[in-house]
Amino acid sequence: MNLPRSIAARRALGLAPALITVAIFMVLPMLILLVFSFLEADPYGGVEPRFSVEAYIQLLYEIDFDDALVFNPIYLGIIWRSIFLALVATVGCLILGFPVAYFITRQDPRMQNLMLYLITLPFWTNQLVRVYSWILILAKDGVIEQPLKAVGILDGSLGMMYSNGAIAIGLVYSYLPLMVLPIYASLEKLDFRLIEAAHDLYADRMKVMREIITPLAMPGIIAGCILVFVPSLGAFIAPDLLGGGKKLMLGSLIHLQFASSRNWPFGSAIAICLLMLVMVALMVQARSAAKRRAMEAGR
Amino acid sequence: MSEKTPKKRKGFVLGYYPGMNMWTLFFFVYLYMPMVVLVAYSFNDGNRAQIWQGFSTRWFYRAFINDDIQNAALNSLIIAVCATVVATVLATLAALVLARGGEFRGRSASLGMVTLPLIVPEIATAVATLSFFAIIGFQLGMLSIIIAHTVFCIPFAFLPIRARLEGMDTDLEQAAGDLYANAWETFRFVTLPILAPGIVAGAMLAFIISVDDFIITLMVSGAGATTLPLYIYGMIRQGITPEVNVISTVMLAISIAFITAYWFISARGDTVKGH
Repeated sequence: MNLPRSIAARRALGLAPALITVAIFMVLPMLILLVFSFLEADPYGGVEPRFSVEAYIQLLYEIDFDDALVFNPIYLGIIWRSIFLALVATVGCLILGFPVAYFITRQDPRMQNLMLYLITLPFWTNQLVRVYSWILILAKDGVIEQPLKAVGILDGSLGMMYSNGAIAIGLVYSYLPLMVLPIYASLEKLDFRLIEAAHDLYADRMKVMREIITPLAMPGIIAGCILVFVPSLGAFIAPDLLGGGKKLMLGSLIHLQFASSRNWPFGSAIAICLLMLVMVALMVQARSAAKRRAMEAGR
Repeated sequence: MSEKTPKKRKGFVLGYYPGMNMWTLFFFVYLYMPMVVLVAYSFNDGNRAQIWQGFSTRWFYRAFINDDIQNAALNSLIIAVCATVVATVLATLAALVLARGGEFRGRSASLGMVTLPLIVPEIATAVATLSFFAIIGFQLGMLSIIIAHTVFCIPFAFLPIRARLEGMDTDLEQAAGDLYANAWETFRFVTLPILAPGIVAGAMLAFIISVDDFIITLMVSGAGATTLPLYIYGMIRQGITPEVNVISTVMLAISIAFITAYWFISARGDTVKGH
């Protein structure tokens, strides 16, 4: 068997299958989604091929009995809740994960490896199953409430399930490794002599944390925040299982439009909004990375 | 940082922050407690999922002989195997070009394209793929799931393979060339064997990602094809039963087994790299 002689032909032959697959089954569908968002809804599911911006109007307004547009804050509320809960999850992951990422870098290599393995492991297990296990813990008569009731502290239920708090716990739990790993990666290379030198110059621990460790961890922190924020924004499982379908987020709203509400253009429009929010987040990251590189080059 | 931190003052350890140990301990408890709870409850004898009524494996037996669960497991397996094989082949080819093909126009664009499925939120991919199948009139079922899975498995297979290629030096391949091996022979007898652990690692990630996927599968599955996560979701919706705990525990065990094996394969790969 012979490979094609020219390197260009070899490159094309190697890349084409993967690129064509992604183009046809990923990029093209995205474009179709964009087109769908500008069409009219077919009440039986799918779309009517007539141009309309109704789907986007529906995000902000609803049509009154006498055909007047009335401002409708429901969907803006859902978008806001998604952004808010995604931010809460991001901050939660950061607070929970940062000290751990730093702590790991202070261990010997064997221990580091073990801890990284233990952090990665839950991430690769089934997300549905992991979020479900929180139902067992938070539910009425669940793992938390049962003992409290047994000793007589609690009467009735704490009502932890189906709340924003429950969703936030589920989101933090789902994406925590995505915060720890990038921060670890940027702190792993931290030159320990810097900390020593700072202490020699009479900096206290807080000052070392503020002036040395945090700035050096910054690329990892930013990467981690994006990696947590983006999937949290479009999360479906955590709000669906722990929010009980009452506290909708963007992901559940999109699913609803395609599944039971049968308003595909509206669902497409929300999905496009979600993609735009994601793009903004990625652009923020790209800009801060570019700024950092420029600063480092300038030194 | 393997060196012991020197003590400067009594009780002062360089780079140490008070409470760090406890925080890390709390972190790991938070990470693992839910899974421990789940596994424990799957051995619960009671008919209600949440009230502990003694140790029993009877729900494992009940789940094992359940036809629906068997079918769902078989579907999951078929889909994952097909998607993994196709995605791994495509990813290997792409990784070879992107890691070894030198600089060329469109290189970073190609890289972005291959890893695109990682960036797009799953729910958007799910409804976009559904819209695509609807517009071309493609019958939803096993095949539509396999296609969708193949696409998002590509980057997961791609990244470990590329990492392995970038860690490999080209000495052996150059030596093969000096010994009159042609390009194909060099690839077949030199590159491929060294690359094999990377390919296996990539395939394992792709497999586990496919088996675990829920949202995309939910949207493109149609009526006939139920996978294990879809089955679990359906059961949770109907109410928590001990059987849900059992299947969830089994899924957990499968993932943990795969990822542990992956961890060892890629660790072994690292030690070979130096030779």
